[in-house]
Parts: sequence; C-alpha cells; structure tokens
Amino acid sequence: MSTSIEPDATSAMAAVNPRGIGRGGDTHPGAGRARGPRESLLSRSGAMLVMAIFTLYFLVPIWWLLVASTKSRGQLFSTNPLWFADFQLFQNIGALFAYRDGVYLKWILNSLLYAGLGAVVATVLAGMCGYALAKYRFPGRETIFNIVLGGVLVPATALALPLFLLFSRAQLTDTFWAVFLPSVVSPFGVYLSRVFAEASVPEELLEASRLDGASELRTFFTVSIRLMFPALITVFLFQFVTIWNNFFLPLIMLRSEELFPVTFGLYAWNSTINQFPELRTFVLVGSLLSIVPLIVTFLLLQRYWRTGLGSGAIK
Amino acid sequence: MTAPITTASGTRSAARGGGSGTEVRRRRRVQHPWSIVAFVAPFAALFVLFYLVPIGVAIWQSLLVVEREGTFGEAREVFGGLQQYVLVFQNEAFWTSVGRVLLFGIVQVPVMLGLALLFALLLDSPLIRGKKFFRLAFFAPYAVPGVIAAIMWGFLYSPNLSPFEALTSRVDLLSADFVLWAIANVVTWVFVGYNMLIIYSTLLAIPQEIYEAARIDGAGQARIAWSIKIPLVRPALVLTAVLSIIGTLQLLAEPQTFRSFSSAVTSTYTPNMTIYATSSIPNVSLAAAFSVVLALATFVLSFAFLRFTRRAGADS
Repeated sequence: MSTSIEPDATSAMAAVNPRGIGRGGDTHPGAGRARGPRESLLSRSGAMLVMAIFTLYFLVPIWWLLVASTKSRGQLFSTNPLWFADFQLFQNIGALFAYRDGVYLKWILNSLLYAGLGAVVATVLAGMCGYALAKYRFPGRETIFNIVLGGVLVPATALALPLFLLFSRAQLTDTFWAVFLPSVVSPFGVYLSRVFAEASVPEELLEASRLDGASELRTFFTVSIRLMFPALITVFLFQFVTIWNNFFLPLIMLRSEELFPVTFGLYAWNSTINQFPELRTFVLVGSLLSIVPLIVTFLLLQRYWRTGLGSGAIK
Repeated sequence: MTAPITTASGTRSAARGGGSGTEVRRRRRVQHPWSIVAFVAPFAALFVLFYLVPIGVAIWQSLLVVEREGTFGEAREVFGGLQQYVLVFQNEAFWTSVGRVLLFGIVQVPVMLGLALLFALLLDSPLIRGKKFFRLAFFAPYAVPGVIAAIMWGFLYSPNLSPFEALTSRVDLLSADFVLWAIANVVTWVFVGYNMLIIYSTLLAIPQEIYEAARIDGAGQARIAWSIKIPLVRPALVLTAVLSIIGTLQLLAEPQTFRSFSSAVTSTYTPNMTIYATSSIPNVSLAAAFSVVLALATFVLSFAFLRFTRRAGADS
C-alpha cells in the first residue's frame, strides 16, 4: 500500500495510489484507532450533534421530494410538506408515464443510452489507450500522454460551444450523435488506466501470454482487462455521472424533444411551469425517478468508488 | 505525501530490471507496432475530433466577423482579426457575470471545502459512531444532477411550497439580494460530500503510527487534526480547491434552472449563460470569443492558485 506513483507531468495533481482502488474501503489501516486517551463526553456529543444537524441538511430535501411526489396537486399546497397525505405515488407515476405518449420514458431511455452506452465505450477506449501507454515503449508516448493530461483539465462545459460550432458545420446538431459522440472521450480515463496498468499488470504475465502464442489484443482482452477491472469500474462510474449530469451540451445541441436526456427534459418542463402549473407534479415525480438510476449505480458499485474517489481525485 | 514516492519512470526502470545492455539495443525497434496503433488509435482519433478540432474551430470562429452588403444584403463571414475580442472587453454584461461568479467562488468555495474538511476529520476521529451511515448520507446529494438539485431547492425556497415557511415568508430567498447565495447553497449541498470523500480517503491512507507520538504526548483530537492531519491532506485540499474554482467559473445548470423560479436571474447571469445567450442570438463569433476568453481565464486562475499555494507551502 505504500507506493504512490506520481506521473512525470503531473506534479500538480495529487499522488495516486493505484493499488488502493479496489480495496474494500471499510477496513481502516489502524484498527486500534478508537483506543488512545478517552475523549471527553462533551466533545463526543458535540461532534455527534454537528453530524446529526448536517444529516438533516443533506437528507431533508430528498425526503421532501419523496413526500411531495406522493401527493395530489391540491394537497401539495395544503398539507404538511414533510409528511405524507393521501399516498398517490403510483397514480402520479402512471400519469407521468402516460403524459404526451410517454415522452418521459423516452427521456429515461435516452439518458440510459447516452450515459450507459457512452460510458461503456469511453471506458473501453480509455482502458486500451492507457494500457498501451503503460505497457509499450514507442516514440511519442510521453507527448500523447501529456496532451491527454491537458485534456483532463478542460471542463466539459468549456467544450460545449466549440462542439456546437463543429457539429453545426457538419449539420449534425439536433441528432443523437451530437450528444453521444463527444461523451465517449475520457482523458481522465486514459490517465487512470495508465497509472493503474503500470502498477497492476506484471510484465511476466504478458511474456507468458506471448509465449503461448496469444496476440497482443487478445492478451489485453483476456488477461490484462481483468487485472485493470477496479480502475475501469471507476472510470465507468465517473463517465456515467458526467454524461448523466451534462447540461450544456444538450442545451446547445438539441431542439427535438424526443432526443432529450431526462435531466434536460425536466429542465424544459420546469421552465414552462408558470404557464402550465399541471406540470409541477410531473416535474417532482420525474425528478425523484431520475435520481434512482444514479443511486442504484452508486450503491451497486459502492466498494469501487469509495476508494476509487481518492485515487480518481484528479477529476 | 507520507508514503515513499516513486516516479513513473522509476517504476518503469525497476520493472525492466536487469539486462540493460540488451534493452538499449532493443529499444530502437518498436515492438508490436500494429498492436500499439490498434490500442491507441480509436481514443486518439476521437480525442482529436472532439477535443482538439472543436477548440481550433472555436478559435477560428472567434476571428470571423459578419459582413453585409447594404442593410438587407446577404450576410457573409469574413476574417476580422481580433475585432470580436475588442467587443468582448467592451461587453459590460460579460464582465459583470465574471465578477459575479468570482464573488460566488470567494465565498462558496471556502465554505464548502471548510465543511468538507470538518466532516472528513470528524469521520476520521474516534469521536463519532455510525461512520458508514454518515458517509453515505453526506454523499447522497452527489447523485442528484445539478438541474434536479436546482429544481428541488427552487421549490424549497418558494414561499407557498416550502416546508421552511417561517423563513421563506419573511425573507425572499429568490430576490435579487439573495438568489446568488441561494444558488451557492445548492452547489454546496451537492458537492460537500464529494469533496469530503476525497479528503477522507487521503486521511485513510495516512499510517496510524504517525499519531502515536502525539498521543503519548497527550495531544487531543483537535490538536492532532490541526497539527498533523490538516498539513498532510494539504495536497487533496489544493486539488479540490482548483477543481472548485474551475467549476465556479463554469457555473451554468443551477442558475439556468433558477430562471423559472426567480426573475432576478438574467440570461447573462454567469459567463456560460452569457455564452449560451449570445450563441442563440445567433452571434456565434462573439460567443466563440467569450468561450476562448473564459477558458483562458480559467487556466490562468487555477494555475495562479496552484503557484500561490505551492509558494505558501514552501514558506511554512
């Protein structure tokens, strides 16, 4: 656990601990932490009080959204905002799905396609490139890596307008590809894959595979990819969240409702809420449902992001 | 860093091990050239197409001006040198929006990182129980996209819907005086847990023995946190600060969503909103020039911050 790797060009970035990534983050290195001098009751209860107050701060808005989604339009204003009235969640969901021929479901599917498929493709491409940068020696290797590192520092929103200019020259704005294609590029993924492959794919294993007559690509997809799995999951997760939350790109690219990702669709509904108050319930229920896929993904892949976050800190 | 640091090149030469004589000779011929191309080319092609080319297109577009023959003549784009940049520097709305996000950042970033650091230190101390629960609860808002978080808080701030009526009926949080800080609260709510986890995992990587001596000397938790832990998580703090500065200058989703809750949020409220509004006029050349200036400002600010903290670190 002691080797941190600091890539040549990135002294500015945090040192990375590649071996730490897949390690179930729960076991603390020093189990004896709770020993030591007894902490006073006062500081213990003070600390717990702070944590309790902020737990309310973080969870009450989500609780409010859950409660509000179960109410009819009238009760939204007339009943206690933090407690249930008549439980109408399923009627509300049904109405949401039926509204305008199920456009909301279409948006959810779009988001799953943009974020799910996009993140898978991005992870595979970044994994391959990072692996080659780690495991082969060839001219231009460091140059490529440094350019990619520069790309890590470019925020997605800064690229939205330039991408719009590019796609409008190709007359491809307002298409699926305008949002999908730019999302499959993850410089951060290349960076993390390289650092991780360097530390976790042993040279001897590759030599053995070569002696068995396996091609380089085959070796990667059968042997190396398994060793790199924890890093690849982290890359996937970050890219999934980035695409799911991306706002500027759909805002500037898309006009056709049937191409919207769900967050952008909800934004569009919310912007017309003053003219169409009946949309309010749909916006609330839709918001609740739209955060479910992310929460599920986070919970399923918990043991990866918990430690991966620290190593993926350069995001 | 506490752990011994090996540079990447150091690891590489260690991995290569003995037989350096043959290595030197073999290095001249690249092994498996076609496999390397197959690995690198797909990413490289897309990176060039969707990172480098757009940046080039934006810079080129920012150098163009629209010319018309007469009032109703056909519009043509011609090379205009730095004319758009002159317009950028004369554009008051743009610089007002830059000033606004800077003010936002000066207040919001320290508050958010201060809270994140406090929670990370508390999670790492023996003072609290139920760490797993707190970690999940504080991180949960990160799963809420910016737009959705803004919609939720927008409703929570609205006087007739809010569960905090006692507050919202007295203070209009969506008025021109408060809305910037109402948005700052949304951003803080989403990102505190994320930053907390980054700092917390840095703390977890510190070996316990470091604290032994301090404990034997009778130092309490606050003292250990202040004199040992905070200096050790400095790199993580600098990193989260740079990322937050970049995020602040790029602010878009939350204020854009707040436009339906508050008329105080104009279409040029933040730099990116100005860019979007300008591009949909459509005045793409000016929008491109705004983009270039904002990107440069972002780079300058984050590098200035890195330098500043490095110098401050060297002094102490």
